Amino acid sequence: MKQENNKEHKFGMVIDLDKCTGCGSCMVSCMSENNVPFKEDESNKKDSITWMRVYKLTNGKSFPDTETAYLPRPCMHCAGKGGHGHSPCVSVCPATATEYGHDTGIVSQIYTRCFGCRYCMGACPYHARYFNWWDPKWPEGMENYLSPNVSPRMRGVVEKCSFCYHRYQAARDKAYHEGRNDIEENEFQTACTTACPAGAIVFGDLNNPAHKVHQIVKPDPHPDKWNRHVVGKSRNPKVFRLLERLGTNPKIYYLSEREWIRRKGDNYLDGEWDKIKNHHGSSSHG
Amino acid sequence: MDSALIPEGAKRCSFPKFAIGIVIVGAVLLWGVFAMGLIWWKGLNQTNMNDYYGFALWIWADLAVIAVGGGAFFTGLLRYIFNIDELKNIINFAVIIGFICYSSALLILAIDIGQPLRGWFIFWHANVHSMLTEVAFCLSAYFAVLTIEFIPNILENRQANKVPFFRHLAHNMHGIMAVFAATGAFLSFFHQGSLGGVAGVLFGRPFAYREGLLIWPWTFFLFTWSAAAFGPCFTLLITKITETITGKKLVKDNVVNLLAKISGWMITIYIIAKIIDTIYWATVTAPSLGFNISHFYTNNGFYGYWILITEILVCGLVPGIILIMKSTRENPTLRLIAFILGVIGICLNRWVMVLQVMAVPVMSFDTWALYFPSWQEIATTILPVAYGIILISVTYRYLPVFPQEAELNAVEPAAETE
Repeated sequence: MKQENNKEHKFGMVIDLDKCTGCGSCMVSCMSENNVPFKEDESNKKDSITWMRVYKLTNGKSFPDTETAYLPRPCMHCAGKGGHGHSPCVSVCPATATEYGHDTGIVSQIYTRCFGCRYCMGACPYHARYFNWWDPKWPEGMENYLSPNVSPRMRGVVEKCSFCYHRYQAARDKAYHEGRNDIEENEFQTACTTACPAGAIVFGDLNNPAHKVHQIVKPDPHPDKWNRHVVGKSRNPKVFRLLERLGTNPKIYYLSEREWIRRKGDNYLDGEWDKIKNHHGSSSHG
Repeated sequence: MDSALIPEGAKRCSFPKFAIGIVIVGAVLLWGVFAMGLIWWKGLNQTNMNDYYGFALWIWADLAVIAVGGGAFFTGLLRYIFNIDELKNIINFAVIIGFICYSSALLILAIDIGQPLRGWFIFWHANVHSMLTEVAFCLSAYFAVLTIEFIPNILENRQANKVPFFRHLAHNMHGIMAVFAATGAFLSFFHQGSLGGVAGVLFGRPFAYREGLLIWPWTFFLFTWSAAAFGPCFTLLITKITETITGKKLVKDNVVNLLAKISGWMITIYIIAKIIDTIYWATVTAPSLGFNISHFYTNNGFYGYWILITEILVCGLVPGIILIMKSTRENPTLRLIAFILGVIGICLNRWVMVLQVMAVPVMSFDTWALYFPSWQEIATTILPVAYGIILISVTYRYLPVFPQEAELNAVEPAAETE
């Protein structure tokens, strides 16, 4: 038996923004799991590395109508226009240092091949890519706590969320040794998913109807009839993706009952949202 | 002291005066080299770039010098392929300026990457889908072509030319220069275009994104055309500056006016295309992605509508019209103003297509990002300017760069100074 998966996966995530409390556990667990370096002074957030970053959203209304929400933002693992794997970042990297895994849907980053041109960062509208402006430095003794499964990155290369790919590799290895062709849903879960105390993050295979993420998202198997570049659109009217209209086709979905949060997911011209909001999700496909 | 190296019949300033000038500019160059050393030693943390501004001053400088260096390929195309004979009187200088611009661009790229020792990965692990890959290949190849075009001029140095091999080599290279001019034009079309494509393909960045023809966004063609249009403005501007500093007329007015006229028509055609592109982008492309044009301009004082008006009208349409109208073109002051506006305009265009792309928020809850370069970035950006001044000074002093210099300055040799 070859150590390969016979099925094409499309790993993705749905994050329930109504459950997220903004506690930051996902950020902490991600940094710890993936040996993400940090600075002594983290006050400048524009050069801090946060594979998972929690944004604070507000509805823009004054008291007592103010509402806030928190939006965790990992790498979107975009499938690119039409879902062909030409993600915004993958298609521009001149040295093929980032690739789209057609068997997993995961956008990888090859640290040893990246030469630090940062074109991918410019291409990513989600700011999900980070440059190592400094060499990683760990406080004395902390080296002992680094994960042995993830290589630390050196100065001068770009890094980003990998969907904890090393966990996928470990799960695949385990399945192989046990004579199985594929992994179970619970065998591959990202660090942020397992750390979220509110259970706001659901991770799994969007191609597998048995997986919870598929059941929540209900991804449309057909391209969007209004925008042929958009594929995998959710048929759940409460589910949306960030900047879906650009055709980046992220595999991170967000779930919220609140309309103002769903509206924050994309940009709309005046009056457009009121026409479009009812076309989102299942209602847009009859 | 160095009179044996100075072209026959040419008057140059004394060597000490020349040396003092070189030392002063050399000090600026060394400042840049020091900053470059710091960056290579300590890394890009020496800059004020950040994860919002991954592309910043250097990429702008790269795009700008390559655009203004476009005078070399376009003048070469006109001279050798379209056989416009008068341009033989400025082609040497155009090639030298192009050489300076392209070598500067390569140097800046070498500073700009996080892992300079891995720079060759762009060739070894080339991703054919990336515009930057196309830039790297065509840029390197064209720099080789420029070097080949520069060599005959170097070999025409008074001492080098005494060596029969060098003399014959220079002569024979001149004979086949049309081949290199054609190659240069071909390569320039692609690397100028792919530099435009770098921004135009960013479908995640609606400010930069453009539709286009097959795999090439409209910015591909706009960048190529604009480099051909504004490049000669820069060549003529530097010629004028050189004439002012040396106190000599180096190129006849008919040559200047001819190139200025061609540049004027190219600029005007470009600006019409640019206006159409801007209107289509503002009314069709961006709105289809959920953006009003006001989203890109009005939320921020620095990137207001003024930048669009300055680039297209003040520094595009105005120089174009000045240069196509005979009366204004032949007025030295207006002509010079047109050159200056043109160079500012093309540099502003490249600024917008790099810096503003990074500044504009895309996610609805994101914010504008502003940036000011560190002194190390500024010093390394001034470095190529100092290098260019030194190279022009040295080549002007020791090489027969301007074929019309002797004729234009023969009547009053006593007035010549540098």
